[in-house]
Amino acid sequence: MGVLSEELKQRIADEFPKYPEKRAVLLTALHFIQAEHDGWIPPGASKEVAELLEIHQIDVEEVISFYSLFHDEPVGKFHIQVCANLSCCLAGARPLIRAFEEKLDIRSGEVTEDGVFSIAEVECLGSCGTAPMLQVNNEPFLENLKPDDVPGILDKLRSRLGEGKR
Amino acid sequence: MAAVVRYLLPPDGQNWSKLADYKKNGGYAAAEQALREMKPEDIGTAVKASGLRGRGGAGFAAGIKWSFLPNDGRRPRYIACNGDESEPGTYKDRQIIERNPHQLIEGLLIAARANTIDAAYVYLRGEYRTGFDNLRAAIAEAKEAGYLGKNILGSGLDFEIYVHRGAGAYICGEETGLMESLEGRKGQPRKRPPFPAVAGLWKQPTIINNIETMTQVPYVLRAGVDGYKSIGTEKSTGNTIFGVSGCVMKPGPYELPLGTPLREIIFEHAGGLRPGRTLKAVIPGGVSMPVLTAETAMQVTMDHDTLQKNGTLLGTGAVIVMDDTVCLVRAALVIARFFRHESCGQCTQCREGTGWLHKLMQGIERGTGTLRDLDVIEDVTKYMEAHTICALSDAAAWGTGYFVRRFRPEFEAHIEHKGCPLAGTSFEV
Repeated sequence: MGVLSEELKQRIADEFPKYPEKRAVLLTALHFIQAEHDGWIPPGASKEVAELLEIHQIDVEEVISFYSLFHDEPVGKFHIQVCANLSCCLAGARPLIRAFEEKLDIRSGEVTEDGVFSIAEVECLGSCGTAPMLQVNNEPFLENLKPDDVPGILDKLRSRLGEGKR
Repeated sequence: MAAVVRYLLPPDGQNWSKLADYKKNGGYAAAEQALREMKPEDIGTAVKASGLRGRGGAGFAAGIKWSFLPNDGRRPRYIACNGDESEPGTYKDRQIIERNPHQLIEGLLIAARANTIDAAYVYLRGEYRTGFDNLRAAIAEAKEAGYLGKNILGSGLDFEIYVHRGAGAYICGEETGLMESLEGRKGQPRKRPPFPAVAGLWKQPTIINNIETMTQVPYVLRAGVDGYKSIGTEKSTGNTIFGVSGCVMKPGPYELPLGTPLREIIFEHAGGLRPGRTLKAVIPGGVSMPVLTAETAMQVTMDHDTLQKNGTLLGTGAVIVMDDTVCLVRAALVIARFFRHESCGQCTQCREGTGWLHKLMQGIERGTGTLRDLDVIEDVTKYMEAHTICALSDAAAWGTGYFVRRFRPEFEAHIEHKGCPLAGTSFEV
């Protein structure tokens, strides 16, 4: 039994006609896999993707390690990515990150023990006029934030825990 | 403030993502004209004559770029549309795809007609969720309406647009890094020649333009060459979206003519500084571009020639404003950290240089730096400029090096005081 479901493999194959080569679907395939597997690429997936795209496993793995949106280790069910680039820092990104760290009792780069939350400091997300801001998983941005907003954001996310897929 | 005719973004509070709303406001009329009435070569001639320059950072003339496509009969021919938008401070393309995606589609369609293109790939940074959804929905609607697909508007043109999601790598905004990434590889830039026009995506003829550049194209036809050229300056024509951020009262995207005074952008459109504050420094075009002192910033207009004469570049038009509370060593540190993170690692000067710059800036910010470090920074940046496959190395050298060159006393003060003299008031990193 493989890591990738037949349905997922079909969704990946459905992308092939858009490109002259199957390999071009690699980033899209990895996005699909992450969305189905709690935000990270589980062991064994790279081999199966390589077979589907008719490339070597190392071709897949070097791409996973190159791009910051791909994770080969578990992240939280809600992966909280706070921008820490210049415009966001000028608008108070650091106090915002600190508020998350204190509330969740983890450091940026870590996952809570229950696996629900992780915090990451990331580079510019393109929301500089509405700084500071963050993105949970691949959802629409949360913008113009203050440290006081942190408890409310976390409560709202916790209330979604029963929903299943990311 | 003179009245500005907006043509890139809908009026505040409006969203024209739906085809009906875009058409109600004149949408697709230029494409109908281009496909039904114009000869392909006349479209290219108009774009060239309009003076339209690329809005992705380098400012290269779009019409000239298109003319590099070879007439050798090779098919397919592609457009790679650059929506990676990762230059810190920049969020203009996002405004377009979230609020006016059909105008991008129309621009791509006109460019396809002009250059006999078979397919366009819009490479969108992976984080842009709302823009991805809106653009994909708009493409589906455009296809349904017959603006994409086979024999579009009876012109004989077959053309498709695909949206391709990136995965978090600044280097994929570099044109050949983007192509590598689109083909399913690490986004490491290619050596040129061959140039993309000759051997781009899958070694086929390819034109690559930024999202905003393509979104300008319908307006070139709508306004006509003279109408388009009447906006902006002689050598920097048309509007652009200035994304203002940092220490201003009203940060946000402002669509204004190229050549608008930077003073007007900061103090009128963006609402000026917080009460009691004075201006210290401004980055005019994203963190890759040399920082300006307040004095210079107050004198420049935002066009290619003026900025170049004043020791910087327009870049993406992303204006980052810093007031007197801001520690510029910290600002330079954030920028150095960014480039270290984003260097793709191919070229030694960049891979090692960005690491050195980051470590040196860290030392100075923490109070362990020496005066000699400032000379080393100067030295390292010189090795990083013009020695590598792509311009990321130059950007890192400019983005950090000019902080030291133009604000040296502040760096010396950090070294002397063994830390930040402004520590109590400045932002935290």
